[in-house]
Amino acid sequence: MNALLQLAQEHGGGGHGETAEHAATGVLGNVVWLVPLLPVLSFFVILFFGKKMKSKGHTVGIGAVGIGLLISLFGFFELAAGKGFVQKTWTWFEFAGGESLKLEFGMHYDFLTAVMFVVVTMISLLVHIYSTEYMHDDKRYTFFYAMLSLFTGSMLFMLIANNLMQLFVGWELVGVCSYFLISHYWEEKENSSAGIKAFITNRVGDMSLLFGIFAMFFIGHTFNIFELNHLAEVGEIGGAPLTIAALLMFGGAVSKSAQFPLYVWLPDAMAGPTPVSALIHAATMVVAGIYMVARMFLVFEHATPALDVIAVIAGITMLLAAILALVQDDIKKVLAYSTISQLAYMMAALGVGAYTAAIFHLFTHAFFKALLFLGAGSLIHAVHSNNMSDMGGLRKYMPHTFKTFIIGSLALAGIFPLAGFFSKDEIIGGALRAGSEGGRAAAWFVLISGGITAFLTALYMTRACVKTFWGEYRGHGTPHEAGGAMVTPLWILAGAAVVVGFLGFPVIGPFKNWINVPGEEHHGFETLYNVILPVLATVVAVGAIVLGLMLFLRKRWDVDLLGGPFAWAYRFAANRYYLDDFYMKGVVRPVQYKLARATYWSNQKVLDGVVNGVAAGTIAAAQPTYAVIDQQIVDFAVNGAAGLTGASGGLLRYIQSGNIQGYAAVLFGAVAVFVALFALT
Amino acid sequence: MEDLPVLDLVIFAPLAGILLLAFIPKERLDALRYVTLGVTLVTFVISLGVLGQFDPSAQEQFQLGSSLQWIPEWGIGYITGIDGVSLWMVMLTTFLMPLGVLASWSVTKRAKPYFIFFLALETGLLGVFVALDMFLFYLFWEASLVPMYFLIGMWGYGRRIYAAMKFFLFTLVGSLLMLVAIVYLYFQAPGGPTFSYVELLDTPLTLDVQRLLFLGFFASFAVKVPLVPLHTWLPDAHTEAPTAGSVLLAGVLLKLGAYGLIRFAIPLFPDAARDLAPIIVGLSIVGIIYGALIATMQRDLKRLVAYSSVAHLGFVTLGIFVGSVQGMSGGILQMVSHGLSSGALFMLVGALYDRRHSRQIADFGGLAKTVPVFAGIFLLVALSSLGLPGLSGFVGEFLILLGTFFTYRWWVVPAAFGVVLAAIYLLWSYQRVFHGEVTNEANRSLPDLNPRELAMLAPIVALIVFIGVYPKPFLERIEPSAQRVVDTFNRSTVRPETASVQGGGK
Repeated sequence: MNALLQLAQEHGGGGHGETAEHAATGVLGNVVWLVPLLPVLSFFVILFFGKKMKSKGHTVGIGAVGIGLLISLFGFFELAAGKGFVQKTWTWFEFAGGESLKLEFGMHYDFLTAVMFVVVTMISLLVHIYSTEYMHDDKRYTFFYAMLSLFTGSMLFMLIANNLMQLFVGWELVGVCSYFLISHYWEEKENSSAGIKAFITNRVGDMSLLFGIFAMFFIGHTFNIFELNHLAEVGEIGGAPLTIAALLMFGGAVSKSAQFPLYVWLPDAMAGPTPVSALIHAATMVVAGIYMVARMFLVFEHATPALDVIAVIAGITMLLAAILALVQDDIKKVLAYSTISQLAYMMAALGVGAYTAAIFHLFTHAFFKALLFLGAGSLIHAVHSNNMSDMGGLRKYMPHTFKTFIIGSLALAGIFPLAGFFSKDEIIGGALRAGSEGGRAAAWFVLISGGITAFLTALYMTRACVKTFWGEYRGHGTPHEAGGAMVTPLWILAGAAVVVGFLGFPVIGPFKNWINVPGEEHHGFETLYNVILPVLATVVAVGAIVLGLMLFLRKRWDVDLLGGPFAWAYRFAANRYYLDDFYMKGVVRPVQYKLARATYWSNQKVLDGVVNGVAAGTIAAAQPTYAVIDQQIVDFAVNGAAGLTGASGGLLRYIQSGNIQGYAAVLFGAVAVFVALFALT
Repeated sequence: MEDLPVLDLVIFAPLAGILLLAFIPKERLDALRYVTLGVTLVTFVISLGVLGQFDPSAQEQFQLGSSLQWIPEWGIGYITGIDGVSLWMVMLTTFLMPLGVLASWSVTKRAKPYFIFFLALETGLLGVFVALDMFLFYLFWEASLVPMYFLIGMWGYGRRIYAAMKFFLFTLVGSLLMLVAIVYLYFQAPGGPTFSYVELLDTPLTLDVQRLLFLGFFASFAVKVPLVPLHTWLPDAHTEAPTAGSVLLAGVLLKLGAYGLIRFAIPLFPDAARDLAPIIVGLSIVGIIYGALIATMQRDLKRLVAYSSVAHLGFVTLGIFVGSVQGMSGGILQMVSHGLSSGALFMLVGALYDRRHSRQIADFGGLAKTVPVFAGIFLLVALSSLGLPGLSGFVGEFLILLGTFFTYRWWVVPAAFGVVLAAIYLLWSYQRVFHGEVTNEANRSLPDLNPRELAMLAPIVALIVFIGVYPKPFLERIEPSAQRVVDTFNRSTVRPETASVQGGGK
């Protein structure tokens, strides 16, 4: 990808006009911006006209995202055919004086963007189609589709950003869409609160990101991502300032991509409709943090301490979340914790420098996790409950959901030849190499944590599958398989979960040719890792599945544990490590109740007390004068209609006679009288 | 430039409107309303002419003004003119005024004096923004105080007399200190006593004198902004004022203070301003957090909006005093944004009060079900207020934080705490009012926004989105003026001690 570097240099040098255009080849350069624009337009169309449409708006959204998918696919193939990439910039506002500061909107369309575009538009399209059935009876069907469109547009707008400010704008907009969609069923307070929790938690991270962006500008004098990458690579920026800036930016990823300790919002976000969970809280929005670090990878790579922090945080997160996934009864929460754990995998991959592996896992995960969520949606749709304790035996009733869910689970567990197998191996391999060749302790930590997590992943998915599909049905009514609009996306995603892994087949898979660290050769797995790691990983995963089957098919394991010697550990996990409690009791309540209340008290009693005291004293001292003024003012005003008319007539004379100075003098005189009167009191 | 003194027309058009109103019998409510609406609309249209004639790339500092002798023997002139700061303040005022009239439909008692005061207020406010003679400025400054006093005291709610008196006294004490400073300055002018702002700009003063005079002006402006701890008049005045009064208080009157700081306090006494800036920056940050914390505690929706103003104006003064052009530009744009969003919020709360005669958050819940359009607009305005990108609040806040980072580095961290708190109090109050099931029977049959209310909110919503997406037309007019003030602010030379005492020329 030397072209990228050239671009960075070129861009640094020139392009001061209203628009700067680079290397626009193929038809794409002229239409790729339509991909984010169409859903945004569709948002407005659905919002204002959706209710009057026969389809209640969903056709518009499906059309916009469908065209987006087509363009994204064409764009991808053009890039693959070596057509180069596209960069355009529009100046939003430029500060001319002093140090030049340009706020821009730009597009940068390279392989990373192209891959993300395909993922987002494809999952979004399938979710749009799926929701026509899933959300069919919803009260806010039209608004739901409007928000899906806005989300898709914002996400794409963020992905195509060539500068950090635009990235931040998109970042915030997907956040607010997430808020809207999580609190979609706002009749219940919990759901509405979950939306607020997500928004506020993300705001905390967003501020960190914002400061990171400021700090980047401060040291690099630009918001342009590729210029910053270039500056970091040639060593113009570096050292402690770069590390601080990078860590601050990573702070944004910690909340958005649900890493420890800010992951707490994501499980609550499951309050939203399930298709939303599939799209936003599994496949696309939550990977924004991964994408951001990947986009800025040269910067992060040259801020090694930051990279270590990322690896450690991610190593902790993957393990903590995987354990929590093991004790959930709500199937969506199992998947939510699984998502956190898998996001941590991607983040850890970046932390150990396995760039290609991170994006590859992001890519495969999007398909199989969306599949699992949509499958869970199908289950919930059938049994009207999120709880696995209300499910059981569903393989007989819902064969399509069953088969596709199993495919998704196996892919997540990392069983050959499904998608997760390939991508997870690459990450473990990357950690091993960074540990052994790079001598980084953090990488060893990732390796161990990743190994245990792989085991736990297979275990909790086995548990979830057993509890939902085997045994006797424990819920109410007779569940039935969903219709075509829901089943078709499931099969498409299942197909993807089977095949996309091969794109990253060791040595021959093309994925590494598309996505690699800008300016660096891809590290192929030519060594022994190639054979040993996959075998080991398979043994671990299969072992976990066998163990899981033995445990969970026999009896309800969680119940056993509650009374057993591990009761304390179970309780610790069931209470989510008390992290939520800590935030509630340690941060939110003290601020909300103690600090805010104390501030208000001091405002009312101390500050206002002083003011009122002074006033009362003055009034007491000058009661007669005050009464006169009061009488005069109020009487003048209350009975004033006539008086004012007279006064206006008086003013009229002044103005008609052209004596504006006289008028002003009168006015000033009146004011002066007031002043004098009040000064006297 | 055309010959028409378009700027002066804008200022005095509302006064002409008062004459029209004088001829309308006080019983003819509709006539009074529509004539006032017409007058404010005409004023707005004329101000569009000002906007059209304003040249963003002009070399001279002030445009479109006129300069007449008034009382020459006292050095008093009728001098007006605008730059990129006052331009948007004038536009904001003329824009909000017709909407304020629409928000005054519930005023049925003593409507005639109400609308007369309303128009008098407009002239007063516009005069403050265009006056370039200190005497004229002070005149308008005080003149804008009086109508607002009556609007609160006569047409307000519950504790209106207390609120009006508090508002008046606070402002007045500040003003008197400013008056003293103005008079002192008048005698120090290098070319002999004058009130002309442009001539006074070059007045040589020692740092000590500058500090005192700066504090004199600052007392007046800080009360108006308001800066903590001088803000206690604000929640009372905002809460007790009639809806249109609150809209104009938050929308325009608070900006008088910030405008005064930009126009007078900094350029006249740059060394003192720079000297005291860290304290003011600190107070601004305290205000941001303080206002936001208290807003989270409010049970009265209108008081919540009022306290949010304290926090938002904290951002404005932060931007003004950090000494970078981004901060200054952001602060000025934030003045416009805050005028729009708080104006709209007060209109919405007022509309809610008209329906239910309550502003207590606890009386509501589930309103998104009964009044969905109302809820949608409320949320959009709230999102702008909490700084969501794509809406106007973001642009100003982003620039202020960026500007703060440039000069004060990590002071942005506590300021950003306020950004998070804003999300908390706005979304939380939205949740309590609009989300959930309808629990109070009285809320079940509330009518959604009527055409008049839509007409007053739609322009604001449109502008909020427009500025959020395309702030360039605003920023490109603001930036040169902001740059000029920042240059003055950063000019490092303290004027020589000797030159000051006797004012011996240049």
